[in-house]
Amino acid sequence: MLDALSVLMGGALGGMLRLALGDAVAGKLGSRLPWGTLVVNLSGALTMGLLVGWLGFPAEGSPSGAWALLGTGLLGGYTTVSSLSLQTLSLWQQGQGAVAMGYMAATLVMGLAALVLGAWLAGGLA
Amino acid sequence: MSNWRAYAAVGLGSGLGSLARFQIGVWMAAPGFPWATLVVNLAGSGLITLLAAYAAGRPHGRVSRCQPLLIAGFCGGFTTFSLFGLETLAMLSQGHLAMALVYVALSLAGWLSAAWVGHLGGRRLATLLE
Repeated sequence: MLDALSVLMGGALGGMLRLALGDAVAGKLGSRLPWGTLVVNLSGALTMGLLVGWLGFPAEGSPSGAWALLGTGLLGGYTTVSSLSLQTLSLWQQGQGAVAMGYMAATLVMGLAALVLGAWLAGGLA
Repeated sequence: MSNWRAYAAVGLGSGLGSLARFQIGVWMAAPGFPWATLVVNLAGSGLITLLAAYAAGRPHGRVSRCQPLLIAGFCGGFTTFSLFGLETLAMLSQGHLAMALVYVALSLAGWLSAAWVGHLGGRRLATLLE
């Protein structure tokens, strides 16, 4: 029950942070390309790397305690796949297939690299 | 800049979406392969394009007005990129290279197929309900 509440609160805060950062990035770089979502997902992956370096991987099954609040809730709600899929499809439909593929590839490759970097900065994988 | 109403709607939707993801994770918990996250990200990719296409077809409808709650809020909080990456990293760190590749490939193909199906469904729904 407490863990479910943590996820709810963390997820709500994560979503609002995503909106704030997405707005700020779009204000600087324009909204023609989905820079906001890219920055959100990469910064979320980096922070998730830090978290896993500090706390170790979560136990199998339902996450609890700090993992429920910060991992499943805050960072889980902050980062998003649905917008990534929607934006990739939209770019493709606008005839920008190469941009769509580049966007998806950049998210995947740089996202994994950001995770590894975060874990390394936090002292390595437990 | 978004106003406070948009923040409240996105926060509420994202919290509920995260809670739904957590609950699906509890139900689908199985050692070995992150089926729950795969299903959640696939379903969320289908739902967001369905809602977006429907809202585009009916710009003055209720779905269109509730986009911050439903799209940036619920779909955004429901799906997760960081946990997908974390699970991939966990498989790699345990030496399960093939499984990690399968997970990434299944996810990528699943997200985009679901997005395409959702888009077609949303467009169809918008004209059917007119």
